[in-house]
Amino acid sequence: MSGTALWAAVLAGSIGCYVLKLAGLSVPASWVEQPWVARIVDFVPAALLAALVAVQAFTSGQDLVVDGRLAGLAVAALALALRAPFIVVLVLAGAAGALVHVVTG
Amino acid sequence: MSAPTRSTVLRDAIGLGLAVGLYGAAFGAAADAAGLDLWQAMTMSALMFTGASQFALVGVLGAGGGALAAVGSALLLGTRNTVYGVRLVPLLQPRGALRRLGTAHWVIDETTALSIAAPDGRLARLAFVAGGASIFLMWNVTTVIGALGAAALTGPALAALDAVVPAAFLALLWPRLRKGFPESRVQLRVAIGGAVIALALTPFVPAGVQVIAAVAAVALAGRPRPTEAAA
Repeated sequence: MSGTALWAAVLAGSIGCYVLKLAGLSVPASWVEQPWVARIVDFVPAALLAALVAVQAFTSGQDLVVDGRLAGLAVAALALALRAPFIVVLVLAGAAGALVHVVTG
Repeated sequence: MSAPTRSTVLRDAIGLGLAVGLYGAAFGAAADAAGLDLWQAMTMSALMFTGASQFALVGVLGAGGGALAAVGSALLLGTRNTVYGVRLVPLLQPRGALRRLGTAHWVIDETTALSIAAPDGRLARLAFVAGGASIFLMWNVTTVIGALGAAALTGPALAALDAVVPAAFLALLWPRLRKGFPESRVQLRVAIGGAVIALALTPFVPAGVQVIAAVAAVALAGRPRPTEAAA
């Protein structure tokens, strides 16, 4: 992707996210506090973040692949379950990914 | 009114700010891995300033997705800040256009949690400002460190970075699946649904589109609970 297209995405996303924040402080509460709206907003992050975990861990372009990232993800899940601090989770995941890379050459 | 309450609020807000700000290093690294330059990463942390959306935008770009899908997933994740804003208005009472414009920039998960936890409106404003300022400062500094650090990586260290990015998304998702989070079982169901949809569509749609499509998994949450409607 060209630098211009990247900048367009960066700026459009940034301005859009700011407008969403500002809207919350500006629109009547009744617009947002519909039960259905609240329901959807409560669950959108789980759906999207899980999709991003899956895409980042198991795809390469349009192919499904299994590589060192799976080891990193498994180690991260274990560390999170043991309530390790964020930075420890990332370091362990990175170490696992690098190890698989070295071992499998 | 008492000093301890004030200092407790300050300590909690700044402590959380410093801890959460560390995520910025992971964002900077993810941005570099996705092909963004240092200025683009810094612009996002300064202007967008909402972690999940930032990660989503660079995550979709990093997966080879187009700009529209990247911006779309960032905006979808940004909608929860709209809901936070609605909850914060009665607490913070931002008066005047300028104050409202400024307050809006710092409406994120953490500042909302801090403000809602504060015992009164005055302390809520203090928590919002102290938490917002410390997170904003740390987040932007660590973004630079992460982006510069990742740009210097080669060989096995690059493989390490590849493994760090999905782990960072998992760390963002994890608190929603923990016992104690409202309806964590339903959150888990929606999360699994989102992951399955994304992987199933990956071979067939342009990169990034499968992430947006995963929003359909929200249907697995079912209808609003009567208690929610009453709350």
